[in-house]
Amino acid sequence: MDLTAAGPARSAPLLGVRWRRRLRSLGFAFSVAVIVSPAILVFLWMLSLSLKNEIDNLAYPPVFLPSPPTFNNFVQVFAENSMGLYFWNSIVVSGGATLIALAVGIPAGYGIARAQAHKLTVLILIARMTPALSYLIPLFTVFQFLGLNNTLTALVITHLVITVPIVVYIMAGHFETLPRELEEAALIDGGSVWTSFRYVALPLARPGIVVGTILAFIFSWNNFVFGAVLAGRATRTLPAAVYNVLTFEQLAWGPLAAAALVVTVPVLLLTIVIQKEIVAGLTHGGVKA
Amino acid sequence: MAATARPGFLARRHRSYYFFAWPALVVVGLVIIFPWLFTVWMSAFDWKIGSVAHYVGLDNYSGLIRNQRFIESIVHTFYFTLLAVVVPLLLGLAAALIFHRRFPFRGLLRGVFTMPMMATPVAVALVWTMMFHPQQGVLNYLLSLLGLPPSLWVYSPTWVIPSLVLVEIWHWTPLVMLIVLGGLAALPTEPYESARIDGASEWQLFRYITLPLIAPFLVVAAVIRTIDALKAFDTIYVISQGGPGTASETINLYLYLQAFAFYNVGNASAVVVVFFAMILALALLLLYVRERAKWT
Repeated sequence: MDLTAAGPARSAPLLGVRWRRRLRSLGFAFSVAVIVSPAILVFLWMLSLSLKNEIDNLAYPPVFLPSPPTFNNFVQVFAENSMGLYFWNSIVVSGGATLIALAVGIPAGYGIARAQAHKLTVLILIARMTPALSYLIPLFTVFQFLGLNNTLTALVITHLVITVPIVVYIMAGHFETLPRELEEAALIDGGSVWTSFRYVALPLARPGIVVGTILAFIFSWNNFVFGAVLAGRATRTLPAAVYNVLTFEQLAWGPLAAAALVVTVPVLLLTIVIQKEIVAGLTHGGVKA
Repeated sequence: MAATARPGFLARRHRSYYFFAWPALVVVGLVIIFPWLFTVWMSAFDWKIGSVAHYVGLDNYSGLIRNQRFIESIVHTFYFTLLAVVVPLLLGLAAALIFHRRFPFRGLLRGVFTMPMMATPVAVALVWTMMFHPQQGVLNYLLSLLGLPPSLWVYSPTWVIPSLVLVEIWHWTPLVMLIVLGGLAALPTEPYESARIDGASEWQLFRYITLPLIAPFLVVAAVIRTIDALKAFDTIYVISQGGPGTASETINLYLYLQAFAFYNVGNASAVVVVFFAMILALALLLLYVRERAKWT
């Protein structure tokens, strides 16, 4: 049922019902355009900047369409900076932190769901509220002590702060929705709790695992401050590198926009896969409506 | 069920599931709980990295009260947060009402509308920095098309925080929209039908039926938005670095400078504790409002 939709015109219309209806849907289309366009225009502008030469990028009034489009900015960013290395670092850090989070988070989500230990999810909510910097200061001091600063290991460990709560939260929610009967059947047939998890619940949880993996990876990938503080010259992740290495002093707008695009496009592609579950990931649902 | 008939069996089974959580608890203990405790402990020391720590008790905290720059950063944070909660909440509500209706390409447009939410904040902040540029920026060109005078955007002490909030609105209005949309999808149909029969106008339907019913979702959105706005860091750090001067220096920015520019770990830890207490207090306040308020 379409509840908020405007009903048919009630009072005797001067313009005629058909015209009023047309005007209304025109107004509605306009409001859709107003609300959607900023979202898309910023990305299009990013694309436009990355495909134009520097003269056009600094022109006033601005040149909107690249003519002709050039890929020089991308070539320059990859050739003159270690973008490839930073990209790889980001994959190692986000991938590593996500894998570890899955290894510990999937069983934990299962345990929380089956033991009804909902108090543990409060921990996740508090973790969600804590500013990232407050993990960084103690971990930085400890890594300093252990000589781990500037290593990818330190970054992977720190990124667990992001990935573990997401995976645990998503998996706990997902296992709750799975019927217990199948596992109970396995237990009655003499299987251990572990077998019923490994051979019954786990295969059924695959959709939840996909969502948890993608969300954990995206949030880890997007993180900037951990890399900015803990990484050395050769271990920077992409967002940290884009800010620290490719500064406005050294680089023109075109290559910078190209680098920004390289950072954010993988995330936007992943987002398409999990459209519907994004909200759960961002709210950590600790506060359910 | 058999399990409910034998509570002992159930309890035993519950306990046997605890071991699944142990590996995660160890990790959480090391990377989340340990840092919390270590922060509180460090906040009692006068400690710069590389030098010897001195126990100073609560001196770091009393120092903060007298610290003009810290107090100003609190004011900036609350100004930023107020704008960055209220505006996305209103726009997100409007957007949710729009996307709740059926129209061509709705799914696709909703997907486009939610793109900013997941985009890497630093990458997007770089593009906004270029858009804010007073001479070559596209935003001033757009203003000129509307016949408005150019703005200095993030280069003006007056406008820097509203400009940063603009980025925040762009980034997070979609999240509010999605939360409210979830609320709209769960609305019952009967009240609308009977109210329509009684001759209620569209506005009355919205004001007296829709709004009270989705109010809990708005509160959830407000809580999440408040937490995130207080914690905002990436965009501010990339676009203005807290400047011009200290005009946009929020608590988080102040914290970052204390910890990683001056390596003043003890003082920074005290800031963390105070900051966390503020976030917790505001979140609890909003949840309390949700429990208590009558929305009709």
